Formats: sequence, structure tokens, C-alpha cells
Amino acid sequence: MSTVTAPSVSAPAAGASSADARGGTGRRRTALLRWLFIAPALLYMAAFFGYPLVRNVLMSFQHYTPTTYFTGEAPFNGLDNWRAVFSDPLFTDALWHTALFTVGSLLGQFTLGLALAVFFSRRFRLSRFVRAVLLLPWLVPMVVAAVVWRRILDQEHGVLNAALQALGLTDGGVPWLSSPDVALLAAVLVNIWIGIPFNMVILYGGLQEIPRDLYEAAALDGAGPWRAFRSITLPMLRPVITVVLVLGFMSTVKILDLILALTSGGPADATQTLGTVTYQMSFLRLDFGQGAVVGNVLILISAVFAVLYLRANRADFGTGK
Amino acid sequence: MQFRPVLPMVMAGATVALGLTGCAAAPEPGTVTVLNSATDTAEHTKNQKFFDRCAKKFGLRVEQNSVPADQVSSKALRMASSHSLPDILELDGSELPQFAQAGGLRSLRELGVRTSGLSESGVSLGSFEGTRYGIARSVNSLALYYNPDLLKKAGVEVPRTWKELRTAAKKLTGRGTYGFAFSASPNADGVYQFLPFFWSAGGDEARLDSGKGEAALRLWKDLVADKSVSKAVVNWNQQDVNDQFVAGRTAMMVNGPWQVPVLEGQHKVDWAVAKFPVPEAGGKAVPPVGGTVMTVPKSDDREREKNAARILNCLNTPGNQLDWGEAVNNVPTRAAAARTYAEQNPKLAPFAELVTTARSRTAKVGTRWPAVSDALAGAFQSVLTGGSSPEAALRRAQRQATAGE
Repeated sequence: MSTVTAPSVSAPAAGASSADARGGTGRRRTALLRWLFIAPALLYMAAFFGYPLVRNVLMSFQHYTPTTYFTGEAPFNGLDNWRAVFSDPLFTDALWHTALFTVGSLLGQFTLGLALAVFFSRRFRLSRFVRAVLLLPWLVPMVVAAVVWRRILDQEHGVLNAALQALGLTDGGVPWLSSPDVALLAAVLVNIWIGIPFNMVILYGGLQEIPRDLYEAAALDGAGPWRAFRSITLPMLRPVITVVLVLGFMSTVKILDLILALTSGGPADATQTLGTVTYQMSFLRLDFGQGAVVGNVLILISAVFAVLYLRANRADFGTGK
Repeated sequence: MQFRPVLPMVMAGATVALGLTGCAAAPEPGTVTVLNSATDTAEHTKNQKFFDRCAKKFGLRVEQNSVPADQVSSKALRMASSHSLPDILELDGSELPQFAQAGGLRSLRELGVRTSGLSESGVSLGSFEGTRYGIARSVNSLALYYNPDLLKKAGVEVPRTWKELRTAAKKLTGRGTYGFAFSASPNADGVYQFLPFFWSAGGDEARLDSGKGEAALRLWKDLVADKSVSKAVVNWNQQDVNDQFVAGRTAMMVNGPWQVPVLEGQHKVDWAVAKFPVPEAGGKAVPPVGGTVMTVPKSDDREREKNAARILNCLNTPGNQLDWGEAVNNVPTRAAAARTYAEQNPKLAPFAELVTTARSRTAKVGTRWPAVSDALAGAFQSVLTGGSSPEAALRRAQRQATAGE
């Protein structure tokens, strides 16, 4: 993305120098023209990102209830919402669950996605076909996937437990979705399954960009496959890896639909995440102020990672690596 | 269920608060608009038939706008902020208090909607703080469904008390079949199913830790500990429970009359309905009353309100209520219509009887119901998963339910 900025920076500079020759009015006109070009983007950002963001922050300091929708009145209540949310043990639990869910999902998705990408970057019979099949989870709507997985993970009649029992790995049947100790793990496993295709596709694309001759040179120098992977593949993939992980993070940290359909946050709140808590506060308890607090925390977490991502990107591309 | 990413949802809520006043298109004068949850094609058509039947009398036209059940209230709130609420708003009974408290609804008395002769449960479902705002054409409740074949094979009578329920469930369990099933999911479904146990035991939703409700939690815990009920119930909604019953994997279940079409549409298992078991012989079962109520949002145009009231009066004549109740397997709220309904549908008669003692979830706690519901769900989930004792769970639930006060 930032590679594009380099030429665009030089363009206005060129325009400005020609305007200098024509004097003040010309310069003003060019400046105006420049703003006109930027205006649509700015307006769009202000209307669809800026405004909702500001409203959401404001809302978290207001007593915002169904009555507000009728009267338009939402009295400010200072830090009441924030205090209520932060002293709610459910919020602290949800924060912790969200962290575990996100880290677990990303680790699994990324490792398996990378392994598959490396595997498929060798050409072999049917590799294209199998790769296409592996993309399927990506095409399945999240809710459908969750409903299917609910059946697969069923303690008594689920396919997964039947398979595990046939292999002699368990005898009682794992209570995937009905035990608070296992449910979060089950949700992570399902989310890994959903996320693998995305990771695989992007990393596979990245692998195609690495020049073959690097590997040939390394082979001549006597590097084995593991050495080549560590010294060539990983460093060359770095920018792509950052993209995959940050995008993965953004979509995982706000998880809602999968959890609602899989466990509704249960059993005993074991799978409540920040997403489900916002949903619960805003749309079930109809306390939009408190819901907005959790929403803001989510936005803040995402924003921190977005900044990290942009910085990492600048480091990778900006220095001409 | 509403499945949407959170961020856009929060933002949508925020944008809406701005008031999209420009979007409110004024409907034509002879048209009565309705917002309901009849997204199912058959249900939508059925509704339209009744609306048309009534609208024709007054030279009106009814336009239905249907959204999924759990989106009705948020959709209606959005419409409220843009002053584009429909003439008739059909809400779930448990959602009515929020709208009534906000001052958004016209009372039935002001509208001239006749409510005499309505069953007590029907009235309480549509009331908030003593004022009637919504009228229910029919209501539902929960009863005990059982598989007569399995009961006969095991030599078990239909249980009438909790003790009998526990023994029967134990005897009926074995070889891939559980004796009993209920929904204990951490949402509205599970709470709805927990209430008949909680209330029949004397539990109080305004004081969860009064000590009376513990017996209900203990029964659920015992049933699961006996292995007569699957541990997976913490993850089953009412639909899942019905699926288990139809698959022959459970001999008895708690469910509502809305499952009747599914049960009638299959020939794998036989089924019958019995009254809800009570804690002690001679006791009274107190199931929850559920269903939707039709309300009339306040409008600047009295003519529109008047038209809406006309339609409501017509839909709720005993004849129309009876037809409607039969169409959707729910019990009419006019006492006379309910009696005829019970006579004509002997198989569902237990429901007709149950709704006479049934209680509305919001009658006592009003707008606090969502918090109470959450707290109750937390209580039975933590007890069933072994996290806490019934007593501790309800004490925690009470703290949770009153945290905002």
C-alpha cells in the first residue's frame, strides 16, 4: 500500500512548481483543485468512520436506553457506564477469553496455513484441485459453519467423538460444547478451521513471489530444506506474514457470529468474548451506553494493532527492503 | 438470532441515533402498516389472510413488514428515532415494557380496544405497570411432551410430580435414549424453560435468592447427575430439544405448542402432551406465558391510530381468535374462545389449561426483565456445569440482576 504513496507525493510537488510561475491565483486554484480531489474521500471517511466513531465514544458516556430512541434525550452520566462495565466480572472474563481465543486462533490458523502453503507451492498431481477444496471453509457462511460444527462436536452423537472413540483416544466422549473447560478450545478449533484457507491463500501468494534462484543458490551452498525455509522463505515472506497476522487479528478479536451460533457464550459464560458481551449489553439488555463501552474497548484494541501494522509496513516497504 | 459483526452494529446504532428523519416515507391514508416477525412464508401469508379479512370491512389495506423475531425491537427502536413507526407494532410480550416505559405506546383504553373477557395471562402479557398496551390474540406456554410408546415399554406412568419425573426419567433412560430433555441454553430459550420449574417451586424473579427457587436448580442438577438428562442440554435450544425427541433420543421433553407442526409432520415417533409436573402432589404448575402482543405506537395522526384500533378489535373477536389459535397452535386469549379451542383440540388441551395459571415474565420486574433473564441463565448454567451450588448460584444471580440499581 505504502509503495503507492511515493509517486503520489512527487506529483503535487511538480504541480506546485508550475503554479509558481503563474503567480498567486493559480496557486490557490491548484490548492483548491487538490482539495476537491481529496474531498470525496474525506467526506466518506468523516461520514462513515469519523461520525460513528465519535458517536460511539459519546454514547459510552451517556445513559442511553430505549427511551432515548423516542425522546432523543440521552443524559450524560460521566464515567458510570465505564465503571459499571469494568467492575463487571463478565467483562474481565470476556477480555481474557478474547485474548485466548485470538492468540489460539491465530497460532493455529497461521501455522497450519503456512504449512499448507509451503506444501502446495511444490507442484504435484491434483495439487490445484486439493488446494481448491481446501478453500471451501472460506466460502461457507460463518453461521452455517457453526451450525454444522455444533453437530460434529455433539458429545453423544457427534462425528468427532465417534472418530476419537474409534481410534481409542477417549472413552467417555469429550464434552466439546457442554463443559466450560473445553468449550473455548472447541470454539478456537472451529475458528482455526475457518481461518486456514485465508492464511493459506495469502501466504501461498507470497511464496510465489520469492525468486526460485534464491533456493537454487542456497542448495548449491549446501542448505537443507529446513535451513532454506528459515533463511529464505521466512524473511522473504515477512511483509506478507505481517499482513496475514494483522488482518487475522482484526477479524478474530471482534468475533461474534461464530460464538453466538456455536455456544451463545455458554456454557456458564465460558465462551463470552468482547463481541458477545457488547451484543448482550446493547441488544439484549438494551443498555446501549454500556454496550458502547465494550465496543470502544474493542475499537481501541484494534486501533493499537492497526498502528503497529502500519509502522511495521512502513519499516518493510519504506526502507526499500 | 442476530448474527452481525459487532463494530458495524454498534456503529449502525450510533448512526441511527442521529435520526434518519428523511427516510420516513409517509404511508398512504388507507393503509395500515404492521411490523411483525412473520418472516416464514407460511406464517406471513396466514397473517395477511387475517389482516385482509379485517381490513376489508373498513375499506383499509394492511401492509406487513416482517423481520426476524429478535430484530423486531431493535428495528422498532430505529424506526422510533426516525418517527416512522408502523401503525401496529407486534412485539414479543417480554419486550413490551421497554416500549411502554419509553412512552412510545398508546394504551388500549385510549384506543378503544376491547379487552373484556381476556384471560388473565393474556392481559398480563400485554400490560406494563397496570396499564394495558398490547393485546395478544393467542398465547403459548410450556408443557410436558412424552413418547407414549417408550413409556409403555418401560412400564412408566406419565409423571405428575417432580419425584415421579425423576424416577420416570431414570427408568426411561438407556441404550441411546435419555429419559428427559429440556433446553438450558444461556439465552431466552433456556430461561423460558427454566421458569416453569422455578416458579412452580415458588421462586421469585424479583428476589432470586429468596431460597424457594433453589429446588428447581437442584432438580435440574439431579436429573443431569442421574444421567437421565444429557449434559449437552446447556447447549440445546428448544429446537434442538425437539430434534432429540423426534429422533427418538429422549422419551420426554419440555416444549411449546409451536412444535406441533413438526411433530405432526413426522411419523417416526408417537407423541402426546401432559400437564407440567409439580413439585408436590396437589401443587399448582406455574408455567410462563409467551407469545406476541399487538401494540399501537403513538402517532400524530389520530386517524391512523383509530384505523389500527379497528383492525385490533376485529382480529380479537372470539371467532377470529379461535381461527387464529388453530392456525398457529396457540391458545386464544378470550376465555370463551380458549374453551372451544380446548374442546376442539383435545391433544393440546393441557396447554389451554396451563395458560390459565401461566405468568408473564415481565409482570413483576418490568423493564428489568433482560437483566433478570441474564442472571437466571447464569445461575442454571453454572449449576449444571458444576461451577456452583444452587444456593450460591442464585445469590450471585440476585447480585447480578440488581447490579445497576
